[in-house]
Amino acid sequence: MSIADDKEAGAGWLAIFLGLALIVLAVAVALAAAIGDYSIGVGTVFLAVTNGLGLTAADIPPIEQSVVWDLRLSRALVAALAGAGLAICGAILQALLRNALAEPFVLGVSAGASTGAVAVIVLGIGAGSVSLSMGAFAGAFAAFAMVALLSNGATSGPNHTILAGVAASQLFNALTSYIVTTSGNAQQARDVMFWLLGSFGGVRWPDFQLLVVVVFVGLAICLLMSRSLDAFTFGDEDAAALGVPVARIRLILFGVTAMITATIVSMVGTIGFVGLVVPHAARYVVGPMHLRLLPACAAVGAIFLVLADIASRVVAEQQTIPIGVVTAMVGVPFFAIILYRARPQQ
Amino acid sequence: MSISAHNLVWGVRHKTIVADVSLSVAPGETLGLIGPNGSGKSSLLRLLAGLKQPLSGRVEILGQDIARVPRRTLARQVAFVQQNAATDTNVSVRDVVRLGRTPHRSALSGWSAADEAVVSAALERVDMTGHRAQAWQTLSGGERQRVHIARALAQSPQVMFLDEPTNHLDIHHQIEILRMVRDLDLTSIVALHDLNLAAMFCDRIVVLKAGAVVDCGTPDAVLTETLLRDVFRVNAEVCAGPIPCQTHIRFKAA
Repeated sequence: MSIADDKEAGAGWLAIFLGLALIVLAVAVALAAAIGDYSIGVGTVFLAVTNGLGLTAADIPPIEQSVVWDLRLSRALVAALAGAGLAICGAILQALLRNALAEPFVLGVSAGASTGAVAVIVLGIGAGSVSLSMGAFAGAFAAFAMVALLSNGATSGPNHTILAGVAASQLFNALTSYIVTTSGNAQQARDVMFWLLGSFGGVRWPDFQLLVVVVFVGLAICLLMSRSLDAFTFGDEDAAALGVPVARIRLILFGVTAMITATIVSMVGTIGFVGLVVPHAARYVVGPMHLRLLPACAAVGAIFLVLADIASRVVAEQQTIPIGVVTAMVGVPFFAIILYRARPQQ
Repeated sequence: MSISAHNLVWGVRHKTIVADVSLSVAPGETLGLIGPNGSGKSSLLRLLAGLKQPLSGRVEILGQDIARVPRRTLARQVAFVQQNAATDTNVSVRDVVRLGRTPHRSALSGWSAADEAVVSAALERVDMTGHRAQAWQTLSGGERQRVHIARALAQSPQVMFLDEPTNHLDIHHQIEILRMVRDLDLTSIVALHDLNLAAMFCDRIVVLKAGAVVDCGTPDAVLTETLLRDVFRVNAEVCAGPIPCQTHIRFKAA
């Protein structure tokens, strides 16, 4: 049973939870800006941020100003947004597909993005990092279009949609492997591997600006539809009987999740685990109703990825571990505790 | 008339499942829908509730053609209780019943005192008030079905459709659920398998065979030995009870 069982207590509980989460997130982001190969004091971080915002003109070394503002802060904020976005997408797909194993990549979006990225890295279609993102984005949408087509615009029911997603993933993964094995050299294969596991290296303010719009607009749309999402608890037909325009809601929400996921994947690669596990963890705390669940997912996902990014930079000296490795290694033990505590009491 | 259907036809590919069905239900009436497996009961129920679109024909509920009524408007007047609707989500009884208010709430409106009152009344009506905080997964089959009915009541409908609501329940709970449905101040249409229960609790019965209406009328008028042999392919003895609506069917082994 969820902790937030009583409705009135639930609203207050959620407010406290979100308030705490925001404070934790702020601390995590500050830590992310302070910690690294070049360690910077928290006081300096604070001044660098206020300098960057134009609120102060404190005299701190330009190198520290630049490291904090240009490199680490943008990176931490992109990590937070990516975590929030992936967690929201996971929660929505788990509800719409009525499948606890659903996650943001179930609709083939990551496989498509990989193919697009590999086409850029290995085949050299276009050049430079901008076109890598563009390639990934195009691939992601190609895969989503295929899934939408195979599942009649997502009207054919959850299992049909999942199978269409599996088919698209298999096809695009095969294409990726084909391109790498036939055209790639060892270095390119390594690059691809690294990209597939996800990395926040190289993200800058323009990435943040795009992602903040996509994630917040996406979250707003999903919150507006949260009542309808709740109505899917007992399936599509039941939702229809409760007055929900099922086909339209499914298509809009699949589109929104694909958009968020594709944007994230095209920037930072395929970061697994967040979208699968955070919704379950959040549901355990705030309950399954989406008006509460979605903000909680966003908060928990954001904190989780910022912390995971810090871990990825400090665990091994002088190198950065792929973020996907960290999310799984940090996340699994954490999730094991939740699974254990939430086991059915028979 | 509360509900009237005119020449409903529905099917998949080359198979007609509902063949030219017309019927009408008076306000407050409990109509039983019986027929053998595959006779089109569930499909007809969904056509009447607007969950499937007929290939031809139309359904009027409370004087409106339901094909022209928006889904949400319809859900404020018509509730549908599926058989054994299940979920893996960890929801509480109250969460489930609150879902019934979905068609009455806009995207941004809060939870009102009126909503709360309706939900409490619905829980009270099915005698589940004491279980309101209980987790759905821990309920028995009979309790789940009662919660589904409470959720349907929370829609404040005037018409309720129930698709074999007593499936998988023991006889006590079968009788309890159907008595509850009969005593509701609603027009209800219930698809049923158990002919004796249909005879006990329905004002009128519609008999379906291969998607078409074979007979329609009060239980004692409809449930005859000839009809049972023709439609259900069973030999049975029908005993008229001492009081009306006590028609009883005794099935014979051969």
